[in-house]
Amino acid sequence: MNTLVQQTIGWVDNRTGLRTAIRKFFLEDVPASTGWPQVFGSVALFLLLNQALTGILLAFNYSPGPGDAYSSLTYIIHQVAAGHLMRGLHHWGSTLMIIVVACHMLQVFVYGAYKKPREVTWALGVVLLLITLGFGLTGYLLPWDNKAYWGTVVTTQITQQVPFAGAYISTLIGAANGVGALTFARFYALHTLVLPALMIFTVAAHLTLVRRHGVAPAAPDDQHKRPFYPHQLFHDVVAIFIAFLALFLAAALIDVPLERMADPTDTTYVPRPEWYFLFLFQSLKFFHGPFEVVGSVGLPTVAILAMLAIPFIDRGRMRKLTERTAAIAVAILTIAGWSSLTLAAVASTPASLTSPPPTALDSKLVAKGAVLYVKAGCDSCHQVNGVGGHIGPALNRVAKRRSKEWIERHFVAPGALSPGSIMPPYRFPKEDQDALVTYLFSLPD
Amino acid sequence: MTNEYIQEQSTPAPLDRRAFLERTIYTLMSLIAGAVSITSALYLLRPPKNQSRSDWADAGDLRDFKPGVPKQITFERNHTDGWRAFAGKDSVWVVKNPDDSVTAFVPSCTHLGCAYAWQARRGAFVCPCHGSVFSQTGQVITGPAPRPLDRYQIEQTGSRLRIGPILKSS
Repeated sequence: MNTLVQQTIGWVDNRTGLRTAIRKFFLEDVPASTGWPQVFGSVALFLLLNQALTGILLAFNYSPGPGDAYSSLTYIIHQVAAGHLMRGLHHWGSTLMIIVVACHMLQVFVYGAYKKPREVTWALGVVLLLITLGFGLTGYLLPWDNKAYWGTVVTTQITQQVPFAGAYISTLIGAANGVGALTFARFYALHTLVLPALMIFTVAAHLTLVRRHGVAPAAPDDQHKRPFYPHQLFHDVVAIFIAFLALFLAAALIDVPLERMADPTDTTYVPRPEWYFLFLFQSLKFFHGPFEVVGSVGLPTVAILAMLAIPFIDRGRMRKLTERTAAIAVAILTIAGWSSLTLAAVASTPASLTSPPPTALDSKLVAKGAVLYVKAGCDSCHQVNGVGGHIGPALNRVAKRRSKEWIERHFVAPGALSPGSIMPPYRFPKEDQDALVTYLFSLPD
Repeated sequence: MTNEYIQEQSTPAPLDRRAFLERTIYTLMSLIAGAVSITSALYLLRPPKNQSRSDWADAGDLRDFKPGVPKQITFERNHTDGWRAFAGKDSVWVVKNPDDSVTAFVPSCTHLGCAYAWQARRGAFVCPCHGSVFSQTGQVITGPAPRPLDRYQIEQTGSRLRIGPILKSS
């Protein structure tokens, strides 16, 4: 049996060179000084694979578009086995990936590993960072809740400020007439087709160059080498395992927020971007009028160009970490600047965004509403606490998803707000309507 | 080579560094692969909590049917399909038996799901795809169909016919 397996492996290797290639990949020499600081690239690659797998699996149960996205996502969370966990892995995976990519860049930066001949490897790394942020930006819209909608309204407005190209970019991302079905389709196509393709090619090129030039030695005069397998792979795998454990626990234990379904008429909503974009959001507050574009477009562009220029500015020979005081100072200043902007943004977030305001409901109105609910026959189509018809949605979480105004408008014209709804219009007297809405808001989750 | 092997067998040598590294790598990778595989398999293969289904609905008046003359009717009822809940059309072949009882057949062939039709000339349901033929009671007369026609659960209230979920034939 063993000889048969060996013969098969030998045959495949002879015809394809697969085993030789794998061996060559894993047995390649890396500097002996390589260790824990060099694990972040591998962890980022692992997290990328996690995003690809969980993203594909989510797409198996997800219907893109403003009509169905939200309900298919609630279907994933509440109906599909392990669906809640799957969404958690994708959401917290993206957060963790941003953190790990930042650690990777920071390590390369403070060690000066971008220096000749690794300038292009570094530049491709900057491109990978931008692609990663692009994934975050486009994926933000896909749950189609209020946060997704209003956050994207702001980002698409910012693109319109880009000098000369603004109108074209806006048309290209389907946001020329506001955020809607077209924007959704474009963001979904970017998120699932365009960016993954770009990512695969850029990662392949990045890895090829890492192999071409070898891992940069942590100490400049380190001439000792040892094979990647098993010494460095051990470090990488332990780091990957820690990251996976953290991610899995986060996905299992921390609920990914899902707000009310996107409501373009909700004038009370105050959008906030994802945490890693908060510093940009905060820096916008320093620029007004004609200078706004400096903050929204100018500074980020300068920052990207500066990152690309780093290997060409710092052209000295490789130095020991302890001698790279200027680089470490720049790194600390950058982190401090980023943190203070982010903290300032968090501090300025109104309390209502972090915790919903407690509302005391009039118990008499609730009781009146409950009677009306049965009288009007709502229960023949809707479920409350698991009892009732199945034609319409269950109403227990409706207060989480909808505003009072939305529900009131929906009574009068259901089809206008829920396209395809077969609910007949109801015109309740004002006090009855108040009682019904109060009753709906009193329902437990 | 052989001598070393025998020595290791008699007095187990302490796990050397390389073996420790390799074991850790394979163990941790297996744990990750296991967790990912189990989660993915549950997600893909376990049926959702609320199955897709169709609700009971009124389908017509029994006085509209003649005994021994199968008739296809369409009616509207509420469906739950994944995350969609909607009212949509459904179709049924209704056969009124000589004793005035009624049978409601699901309008797709039990072979591969094609829509069959009643052929009055042959006095049988005939499937146009692969030639399955069913009797008025749904039994297979000839063709590749593996089992009789499936039926819907029905209720008769007065002269009204109500159609429920599918009862698979065995």
